[in-house]
Parts: sequence; C-alpha cells; structure tokens
Amino acid sequence: MPSPARFWLGAHLRLVYLFLYVPIAVLMVLSFNRAGLPTAWTGFSLKWYGALAESQAIINAALNTLIVAVISTVLATLLGALLAVGMEYRRRGPGLEAMLFAPMIIPDIVLAIALLSFFTLLDFTLGLHSIILSHVVFNIAFVCAVVRTRLRSFDWAVFEASVDLGASEATTFRRIILPMIFPGVLAGAMLAFTLSVDEFIIAYFTAGAGQSSTTLPMQIYSMIRFGVTPEINAMATVVMLVSFTLVLLAQRANKGVVGV
Amino acid sequence: MRTFNKLSVALLAGAAVFAVTAQAGAAEKIVISNWDGYMPSDMLERFTAETGIEAELAVHATNEEIMGKVVAGKGKGYDVLFVSSPFVEALKNLGLVAELDHAMIPNMKNLYPEAMKLEYDPGNTHSVPYAWGTTGLCYRSDLVGETPGSWMDLLQPADALKGKVTMLSTDRWLMGAAFLAQGKSVNSTDAADLEAAKELLISAKKDLLAYDDTTFYSKLVSGEASLVHAWDGWCNYGIAENADIKYVIPEEGSDLWVDTMVVTAASENKEAAHKFLNFILQADNGAWVPANILYKVPNKAAMDALDPALVEQFPNLGMTPEELLKQEQLRDLGAGQKAFSKTVTEILASN
Amino acid sequence: MPRSLLRDWLLLGPGLTWLALFLVVPCGMLLVFAFFERGVYGGIDYIFTLENFSRAIDPLYLSIFLTSAKVAGLAAVIALLIGYPAAYAIARAPARRQTAYLVLVMLPFWSNYLIRTYAWIVLLNREGLVNKGLAGLGLVSEPLPLLYNEFAIVTGLVYNYLPFVVLAIYSSISRLNPEVLEASEDLGASAPRTFWRVTLPLTLPGVAAGAVFVFVLSIGNFITPDLLGGGRLQMVGNVIYDQFLTARDWPFGATLSFILIGIMMILLFSQAMLVRKAQGEGGIAHA
Repeated sequence: MPSPARFWLGAHLRLVYLFLYVPIAVLMVLSFNRAGLPTAWTGFSLKWYGALAESQAIINAALNTLIVAVISTVLATLLGALLAVGMEYRRRGPGLEAMLFAPMIIPDIVLAIALLSFFTLLDFTLGLHSIILSHVVFNIAFVCAVVRTRLRSFDWAVFEASVDLGASEATTFRRIILPMIFPGVLAGAMLAFTLSVDEFIIAYFTAGAGQSSTTLPMQIYSMIRFGVTPEINAMATVVMLVSFTLVLLAQRANKGVVGV
Repeated sequence: MRTFNKLSVALLAGAAVFAVTAQAGAAEKIVISNWDGYMPSDMLERFTAETGIEAELAVHATNEEIMGKVVAGKGKGYDVLFVSSPFVEALKNLGLVAELDHAMIPNMKNLYPEAMKLEYDPGNTHSVPYAWGTTGLCYRSDLVGETPGSWMDLLQPADALKGKVTMLSTDRWLMGAAFLAQGKSVNSTDAADLEAAKELLISAKKDLLAYDDTTFYSKLVSGEASLVHAWDGWCNYGIAENADIKYVIPEEGSDLWVDTMVVTAASENKEAAHKFLNFILQADNGAWVPANILYKVPNKAAMDALDPALVEQFPNLGMTPEELLKQEQLRDLGAGQKAFSKTVTEILASN
Repeated sequence: MPRSLLRDWLLLGPGLTWLALFLVVPCGMLLVFAFFERGVYGGIDYIFTLENFSRAIDPLYLSIFLTSAKVAGLAAVIALLIGYPAAYAIARAPARRQTAYLVLVMLPFWSNYLIRTYAWIVLLNREGLVNKGLAGLGLVSEPLPLLYNEFAIVTGLVYNYLPFVVLAIYSSISRLNPEVLEASEDLGASAPRTFWRVTLPLTLPGVAAGAVFVFVLSIGNFITPDLLGGGRLQMVGNVIYDQFLTARDWPFGATLSFILIGIMMILLFSQAMLVRKAQGEGGIAHA
C-alpha cells in the first residue's frame, strides 16, 4: 500500500495535468467549429482540417518554427550548460551574473528592435538563421539558470580529486559533471524549446522579409485582423496528437530499460 | 566521441539553414507585407502569371509592428507595404517610402475622385488607398433595447448594458470615441481636450466588459456583449453570423480610416512594385475585397460591380464616398504624440 | 594559473561571446537613445537630453510597475505552490517514466499562446464552461466574474508559466539523493521535519529559479493582460511595447526599459543573496 504522502502527491499531479489539459481540450473542440469565430461555438464541421491540409502557408510556417526551435535549443543548451558549470565552479563577479540575468529581464521588444537595428547596421542578411541567433540569446540565460540549480553546493573537491587521480579534465567532465547535470540539461532544453516555439516579437523583427522565414506565431498573429480561423486549432490538435503518440511509443520502447 | 559527433551534426544543420536562408533574392521579385487574408489567396500567382514578376507575401500583425520593423530595418527586403493612413504620413516624413510615378499606375483612374484628395497624402503622391471605412457602434438589435445613436450610449451605457459593452483599446480609436462625443477633433493633442477625454474615458471604464480590439464581433455573436465599439468591416463579420447585429455611425460622426499600399524607399524593384499596385487597382481585384472580406474599397469600378444583395445584408458596404469623406480623417499626431500617449496610458492604467 | 584560465575560457567563452555580441552591443546601442529626443514623426533626433528621465519619474509609471509586480508576484507564488508538489511527484516516479511525465507537462505549450488564451476565454466568460459547470453543480446561482479582471490575468500567467516552475524544481529535486532522506528519517526525523530541514533547503535554488522565471516572464507579458484582463490593467510589458511601437517614442521606451532593468537587477541580486544565505544555513552535505 502506498504511503498517504505518496497518494496525495499522485492525486495532486493528476489535478495538475487536468489543469494543463482542460484548455487544450477546449482548443481541440474549437477546431471543429463551423464558423471562423475564436470564442463562440457555432456548430460542428470538419472543414478546417481540409483547409489546413491545403494551407501551404501554415504548414510552411510550422516547419520553420520547428527548425528555429530545434537549432536554437541545441545551441542554447550547449552554451548555457557550459556557462552554468563555469559560473558555479568558482564564485563569479556581479558583472557576469548581471549579464546572465539580462536576457531574462530585457523586454522582448527592446531585444527585438535592438537586434534588427544591429543587423541592419552590419548589413547582415536576415532569415531563419537570424531568428535562431536571436532566440539563442534569451534561451542561454534560461538553460544556464536551470542547470545551475543542480550545481549549487556541489562538492568540487570530487572534481579535483578525480583530476589528481590522473583523469584528464575532459574525462572528469564527461564522467562526473555531465551525468550530474544531465537532468538539468534536459529540463533546460525543454524550457528553451518551449519558449522558442511560442516566441513572436523577437522572431518577427529578426526574420527576413517573406515566407521563407515566417514562423507559426507570426503567421497566426497576422491572421487576427481577418479572423484566426480554426485551422490553427486543427494544426495544434494534430501537433498534440502526434507528440502524444510519440511520447507513448517512446515510453513503450523504453520499458524495462533504466533510462533517465 | 559521441557528444562531439552530435555537436558537429547540429552545427552542420545550422550552417545549412544559414546557407539556404541567406541566399540573395532573384532578380525580378517583390516582397509584399500585408495582413494575412487581406488579399485573395491566388492574387500573387495571378500577378506572376500576368507580369512574369515573382511576388512573395510577408505577413504582419499590426501597423505598429510593420512600422517598427521598417524604421529599425530601413525597410530592407520589402517592396510593398499595406499600412493604415496615419502611418503613411509618418513613413513619408521619415523618408522611408518612395514617391509614386502615376504614369506607371494607369489604373489609378479606377479610384473615386474623393480618394485622390485624402489629407494624409494629398494627390496620392506616396500611397494608394486600398480599403477604407469608419468606426462606430456594432450592436445586437435584439439585446440593446433602445437603438444606440450617440457615442454617449457607449461611454455612459444604460443600466441594462452596463458590463455588456466593449471599447477598442488602440490609442487613436479609444481617444477618438471621447473626442467625437465631446465635439473635438479626433486628431487633437490639445492639453484641455486630452484632460476632458481622459475624465470621460476613465468614468466609462467601470461600465465596460473589456477593451477589445480583436474578438469583439465574436463576443456579440456569443451574447457576451451587446454593444461594441467597432470598425465597420469587422462588424460585418458579426452580421454574417447573426442578422440581428447592426452597425451605426453615431450622430456625432466617426473617423475615416484608410488602409493603403506604399512602395518602400529601399525597394530595389520599384518598377515591379508599381506594377503590383496597378494590378491591385484592377476593378476585378478590388471587387474581391467587399465581396469576400466585407470592407469597402475606394475603387469606383470595383464598387459599381458589387452585388446589391450584399449591400442589403451589410448596409455599411453601401456607404458612398461623400458620406465617408464627411468623417474626419485620421492624421499622424507629430509632436503631440508624447502627451497623447501619456493620456492613453493613464486611462488604461486607471482603476 | 594558465590552466584554469583555459578552463574558464572553454566554459564561459562561447556563451559570453554570444551574449556580448548579440545582447550587450545591440541593446547597449538602443538604450543609449534614452538620452536623445524623439523625432516629430518617430525616429531619433540626436540632441542630448535628460527630459526622458524626468518624464519617467512620474508616479504613473511607478504605480504601473507596482501593479505589475503584484500580479507577477502572485502568479509566481501560486505557480510555486502548484508546481513544487508536482515536480516532487515526478522526481519520485520510477526513473524510466520521468522524462515522459515532464514532456506531458510541456506538451500543451507546443500549441500556440493565442489559441490557448482564446480557450481560456471560452472557459472563463460569463456563459463559459466553468460558470456552467459551477451552476450545474449548484455551487453558484449567479455566474462569477471570472474574466476581464486580475483573477483572469493571474490564471493565464500561472497556466502558461507553470511548466517552467516544474522544470526548474524538478531539476533541483532530482539531484536529492533518496539515501539522504532515508538517513534523515532513520535518524528519527519526522517526514515534515525532513522536508523543512533537508529537502526544501536543498531544492531552494530550483524554487528560486522557478519563481524568477514566472516573475520575469509575467512582468513583461502583454498579451494575457490584453485578452484575459480585457486591457483593464497595464503591465510593464504593455507600456514599454506601446512606447516603442504605438507611440513610436524609442527614447522614452529606452528610458523606461533602462529603469526596469535596473530595478529588476537589484531584485534578482537580492534574491540570489538570500538564497545563498538560506542554503548556507540549511547545512546538509552534498548529494
């Protein structure tokens, strides 16, 4: 029999999932809304799924979003995790700390306009790559902050001891530090990916002009004026269901293996 | 080392994206920034078929955002922009849009004569009007009781409507409602006018359901609101779903807003951009707008071809240019902007 | 020590170079505009002035900051109260399931902010699903005002930023060695005592990071206040966005950002010091 604490924790977690998924259920139901109204139910229709299949602009934007999110996450996770180790290995001055707080607290619109002005000054051609460069800026800070939570009060003597015993620093990093911080790196990467997927204003300003660098949030916000139609809900429904299936499959494949 | 391999794969992927997206544009190609859905979806293909010029759509969400992007980025990469009238005036004064060569836009003749003498750009030297309209009251005739006819019906609603009205929060229209109610210019930045408008709008705030720029028509359909401050074209989206929804210009008048097309000063294909403007001004292309997205256009040839049944269902589509020109035109506020913005912030932040 | 210098450079160099190039330089160039005048049609007139700062010390902006900080703070506290036990439950689940549980927390947020917010409007409005549900259960006779107020804003913020709290806390909880907890309990400490004296101090960095995430993301948010708050309440994010884009007053926008960044830096540094101190006193050995 599970302990009462364990029981209540489990119940709480279920309620949290309920809270997270009720709006998603509503969003999915709205993908079957007949009229293109964002908040009023008008009757059932499957037409938006057909419209989505034909909407090259939305599909294209979704792919661009995926590219931006994946690459900026990989880069930010790498740089952010290294920074985290470097920052915790020795106490650093307030200047460095400030530089790592800054991307989180600078208003998005400031970073957006600043980067566009800067790129324009350098005559730098804009495109998906400039959105990626820009997303890495704020994602580094978030990844670094998450990974640092794991390194607080880590006993660096273990590290020194390993090096003293003749292991190279690279080996020690790989054998001791990396496994230690891994859950933090994973959490940081998920955080970065999630922020990037939904980010609008910085992406808009640093994107090139044209479809080849239109991301999904840019596409959706531009639809507001003439109605964000349930095509977007259909898109989100498809994304949710596919991701959910992938998680289930991965879970199956993982069974019996001691993973993360 | 596996980590290293993964890293290099990621970097290569990054480099590939860079190479693909950093390619320079082909010769005859223009990029148009517009709201999604403001042109027929096949418009650009037809333009290419007719002229051989490639055209690509970039999208923006608001005037403010495309304006910010063009100011910070000097308009690089864009050839044609769709922006509303006060923004044209600013873009023109900042030197970010090109002077138009009317010889290259023969279809300009399709415009109403009234559409050639708009105050923000007299003679259309830097812009071509695409669609225009008014701002007024959109309401559920089955829910409001008495038919609204004054801005005060919105600003001091009857008891039954308290908590059932919404107002636009975009600065110019928010203030415009109060200015018009008080018999002032919608372009005023006079300190006394600002103060009076502020008092009226702060007192109106307690009776509002919400400020709403984007879903007000949906709220009317669901019955969440009974009377909303709305642009005429957007009110039509409500009317399309519920015939009890009506639009009225209050007795004190409205503003006249114009959505326009401009060619950026940075455009490297100005000739092609002119051809695009000319193409849009064709009667059949102009006619798509009222027939599909229910906005009026200043294109006489297009409006003449409009199905009368549509005007019956959406009466505000039948507004004549004379009626429209009676409304005061929105202008850029110039140096008065600072005081104006502060007043708007005070209203929105009040409680 | 050249060797430690090399190590520093390898760890810190890439990230700091990135930030110097794409954050410090561009934002520095923009923030300098705080000392110039707005052009008549927007843009910058390069005439030195301190007028923007005298405009910014108006009580109006201070009160907006305080309101935003209150809303953001409330969102952070609620997100922590909900997120901590959830992260704890995930970290205590069988190891092979943890990643899947975390992904399930993040999954809803791979849809889109705007349509999630619309879904909340459908849930919270007067005729909305929540009110219908409450009325159906006989809990309320009149619909509750759940939308277009502070409650709705806080709900929207907690919803959208809860996953970040869960991730941050999970990251620090999962390093807790179960053996340490068992040792504490074996030594006779009660479960609550173990939690207060061992678990919480060790996970404090995660709690702090999670709280910072919600606070900074909330205070800069302008979509939730507009759509769920019905635009009745201005957050710092709205004001700065409006200065740059609506008023096209970059100098004043830069000035307000300058001041915001200053205040937030002070808050974050004090927070970091408090956490270090509290942890120092928590006094349990490393995992």
